[in-house]
Amino acid sequence: MNKRSAVAFAAAGAALSLGLSACGGGGGETTPADGSSGAPAAAEAFNAGLEAVFNPSDKKGGVLKMAISEDWDSVDPGDTYYALSWNLIRIYGRSLVTYTPAPGAEGRKLSPDLAESLGESSDDGKTWTYKLRAGLKFEDGTPITSKDVKYAVLRSMDKETLVNGPTYFNDWLDLPKDFKSVYKTPDVNTDSAIETPDDQTIVFHLKKAYAGFDNFAALPGTIPVPKDKDTGVKYREKVIASGPYKFDKVEPGKQYTLVRNEHWDPATDPIRKALPDSYEISLGVNADDLDNRVLAGDLHIDLAGSGVQPAALGRVLGDPALKARADNPTGARTWYTSIMSNVPPLDNVDCRRAIIFAADRVGLQNAYGGEFAGGDIATGLMPPSIGGWKKLDLYPTGTGDVEKAKEALTACGKPEGFETVMAYRADRPKEKAIAESLQQSLGKAGIKLDLKGYPTGDYFALYAGKPDFVKKNGIGLATNGWGADWNDGFGFMSQIVDSRTIRESGGNYNLSITDKEIDAKIDEALLETDVAKRDAIWGEIDQRVMEQAYVLPSVWSKSVLVRPQGATNVFVTGAFDMYDYLNLGLE
Amino acid sequence: MTAPLDAPGKTAEVPPEAVLAGAGVKAIQGRSLGQIAWMRLKRDKVALAGAGVVVLLIITAISAPLIVDVFGHPPNEFHQEMIDTSTMTPKGGTGISGDFLFGVEPVNGRDLFSRVVYGARISLLIAVLATLLSVVIGTAMGVMAGYFGGWVDTLISRTMDVFLAFPLLVFAMALVGVLGQFEQNLGVTGDTLRIGLLIFVIGFFNWPYIGRIIRGQTLSLREREFVDAARSLGARGPYILFREILPNLIAPILIYATLLIPTNVLFEAALSFLGVGIQAPTATWGGMLSQAVKFYNVPHFMFFPGMAIFITVLAFNLFGDGLRDALDPKTSR
Repeated sequence: MNKRSAVAFAAAGAALSLGLSACGGGGGETTPADGSSGAPAAAEAFNAGLEAVFNPSDKKGGVLKMAISEDWDSVDPGDTYYALSWNLIRIYGRSLVTYTPAPGAEGRKLSPDLAESLGESSDDGKTWTYKLRAGLKFEDGTPITSKDVKYAVLRSMDKETLVNGPTYFNDWLDLPKDFKSVYKTPDVNTDSAIETPDDQTIVFHLKKAYAGFDNFAALPGTIPVPKDKDTGVKYREKVIASGPYKFDKVEPGKQYTLVRNEHWDPATDPIRKALPDSYEISLGVNADDLDNRVLAGDLHIDLAGSGVQPAALGRVLGDPALKARADNPTGARTWYTSIMSNVPPLDNVDCRRAIIFAADRVGLQNAYGGEFAGGDIATGLMPPSIGGWKKLDLYPTGTGDVEKAKEALTACGKPEGFETVMAYRADRPKEKAIAESLQQSLGKAGIKLDLKGYPTGDYFALYAGKPDFVKKNGIGLATNGWGADWNDGFGFMSQIVDSRTIRESGGNYNLSITDKEIDAKIDEALLETDVAKRDAIWGEIDQRVMEQAYVLPSVWSKSVLVRPQGATNVFVTGAFDMYDYLNLGLE
Repeated sequence: MTAPLDAPGKTAEVPPEAVLAGAGVKAIQGRSLGQIAWMRLKRDKVALAGAGVVVLLIITAISAPLIVDVFGHPPNEFHQEMIDTSTMTPKGGTGISGDFLFGVEPVNGRDLFSRVVYGARISLLIAVLATLLSVVIGTAMGVMAGYFGGWVDTLISRTMDVFLAFPLLVFAMALVGVLGQFEQNLGVTGDTLRIGLLIFVIGFFNWPYIGRIIRGQTLSLREREFVDAARSLGARGPYILFREILPNLIAPILIYATLLIPTNVLFEAALSFLGVGIQAPTATWGGMLSQAVKFYNVPHFMFFPGMAIFITVLAFNLFGDGLRDALDPKTSR
């Protein structure tokens, strides 16, 4: 939700809160939709792994080889905010609940993991109780207790030591004022936030009610960490496993190998199959080389899960045999351009509308990579996989409607057009292409754009996300993008449409939306306990954003993934919109 | 921009004093130094070919709008109908046709021919002006250091050492990146600012190379008989500097200027490649190369700007080499 997910290459953690309430308070039973339990098996074809399990099997053994072109923030469960990491972490760590290993939307539903069941709420949603399963053990054989979970959650909140990761627990738990962090104030009593009445029970107390708390319990922060083994930021070098695999070799920046954890008991774990004997994860592999190796079959998984590079894209989509090995999932992520409503003449809604009318929407789609690698042309800010989404049809989605744009310009009092500045992240070729495309299409309606590239690292902190810089430089448009931490309106929208999140000091992700009506609706949605009604409110907010033309959406992102050769149980999970790393096996 | 081409003509205007210095040559051939140089240059077919290409490039750069009007499309115009929207590569692999001579760019289908032609403008403009800046500073500093000697020489020489020790590419990247963010304060924006910045950075940090050579030449010239003669006749510093020494430095200045231009073409390409050069959507050769890296499955995208850089650098180098052979009397042929 905050910084990391905006910059992470595919940070789109997701869980459907609709689904959650459906199984909320339900028993510990889940039906993993894998091959053995009779889910449909798929033949080799394009998108075969989207809605069904490809090549289901229970065969054990083999080495699963994964690679990534860079590195991700950390393997420490309390210090990570990448979707790929939240996906992978489940092979060595178990959180209270987790996403069901199943294809498509089913994968967004939550299943109990360490806990016997999903959370039980009391006190009108302000108190959440989980009971741990019996017989859980760490990799060294010591039993896992609720105190280990509590310690893990508290340590994950120290964002000065463990800088990565979400801050939901910090924002929602009812912590005593004198508590700073487990490292600075280890003796402060934190029972007002988390209670552990016995070794099997953990109780969370929130400041205000939140019906979607199971989404928090699914965060990697609830993966237990033994207090006596915690070394702060160095814990990432020796993570203590609670899942079926443990770290064998750890060479930061180069590679990880994981082997079986003999203290993991399959009887305590209904969702994991634990098929391969070991995992080999190489870091810093050249991205194009990586694609070629996956295509050739000597590597199984591109861990990043964000799709193939442009060079391999041509090969995959051009060759029917390779295309049959590809999947094309849609993520809970929107790429868009913020239209600054406080920079004249864009303070006039008609001038903002003129921009959306004039924009070549197909050109924007192409700039992000076209219909397969880029995504579907977005008609609203909220992506379709978010609860409450409805199809909006306020603007044409063709190659730009100059006449309508001119009408809007006349209504705005600028019939001849105007000039403004467009900011983009200079080291992102796709955003550069967006800026170039808009410069062309808006130019036809008389809107002249001056393009300015800014460095990605400080884009939000010092440039487009800093209100006085935007005003001083007359920046009217700025490229932007956002991915959900989980698939409900709160998980996607709250950070990017609420005007009260805008800080003068910079670092804002909401660049353009300051609308009292939207703020009021957000408050309404937070208080609404009925899921369907709550989702509907988020849908209304999306509509208001588009009516007022605060953003020009480009695409709901899609990616082209290549199924590994020789691997079993391959499917795209709706939770992360990449292959589910939990139950992959080898033929 | 045409300075290097006037080279033979300008050398012919070398004042009589300078010709007197080369009296031995005159006695045998009965020709001026410029005439000799021109004769030598004419015999050097490779250098002439280089010069021909350079002239062609300059004409191309100047008349880019005309050429593109006839043979291409506006350089920033999108032609998405030329793109296969599933792979974002040009239809038919490259899109080369009578309409698009060099094919089209992936993703947005811009005419590669027009962009290469317009790229020549930026590359040559920056390279030539940056060279001019280097030459002016370098000559002034070199002459002062060589002529005055003493503490002036020490100061200038050490300054040159400091400049030569700079990690130029890294420093230029930082400087262009930082200064580019202060547009309102500098009073210029967009391409003008970027081009100005690049010229300044490339030119200002390259002067010691030419400065050292000029200093060495001046050191040997100021001890020569014709300078002594002028001094004994009562000539003062400025007169000796401008009338006796500077004219004799024209040959090395021309040679090193010609050889510095291709270096600067490459330097500008490197900066654009690294993303600190001219901003989108203005076409530059280095910028196109840097985009093309991500599309190695569309080789023509890299080939044409790459060839343009290659041909430009080669032509200037061949011409510069020929010019040196022709102007430098010490070269044995």
